[in-house]
Amino acid sequence: MIGLQHFLILAAALFCIGLYGALTKRNAIVILISIELMLNAVNILMVAFSRYVTPVALTGQVFAIFIMVVAAAEVAVGLAIIISIYRSRDTIDTNKIDLMKW
Amino acid sequence: MGTTIAFYILAAVAVFAALGVIVQKNIFRVALSLIVCLIAVAGIFVLLSADFLAAAQILVYVGAISVVIILAIMLTRQFAHGSQPNRLGLPALFVSVVLFALLVFAILGTNWKQSIEQPIADTTPALAKQLLGSSGFILPLEISAVLILAVVVGAIVIAREK
Repeated sequence: MIGLQHFLILAAALFCIGLYGALTKRNAIVILISIELMLNAVNILMVAFSRYVTPVALTGQVFAIFIMVVAAAEVAVGLAIIISIYRSRDTIDTNKIDLMKW
Repeated sequence: MGTTIAFYILAAVAVFAALGVIVQKNIFRVALSLIVCLIAVAGIFVLLSADFLAAAQILVYVGAISVVIILAIMLTRQFAHGSQPNRLGLPALFVSVVLFALLVFAILGTNWKQSIEQPIADTTPALAKQLLGSSGFILPLEISAVLILAVVVGAIVIAREK
């Protein structure tokens, strides 16, 4: 029988995989992809709690919709910034984008 | 019984696709693994009887976001370098594994209060009532419309040629 905890553990696994990718990758687009994975894990959490804790109120699903909106906005602006950086510096390697690093 | 099998298949596909995202070297394959993972998550939403969200997941993530990501991969022409790791590999692995262990420990150790009510079969009218009805989420909905307008204008301004 599948319960709430199965979905929570699945979401935790996806979140940790996304965290590892976001911390270790050098290509900026791959970092954005990893952040998408983490946002998806949070969406699973929201919907699982909505299904098992408040099945009639649906507040968790409303939150998941807003997370989707913000994720789409984040991807659009993030990729625009990446393309702009590529135009001016000819690379999207985060080790070489070091103008503001010390 | 059917839900159990479906859950384990979808969870395995989602986790292996997510592992593909961090293991693959070719950036295109990374993006395609992300799409597989998003489709599996849409299946998970169906299992959680969130039909509207599953459709929105397919439309927004699989339909729109992945296309934008693949477009950006093509525009930046970096496939020759591939998806390389930086020097943080071991510390990041340690942090991720410890966080996962802590989360599993907390999830299994907590006595979750669960409702015995059955979920709503057709969530779209109920979601519309929550989003648009009085005492619902009408103000955040309007603000998210403003946010999307700002994002569209901002993305055009940032990415346009000087």
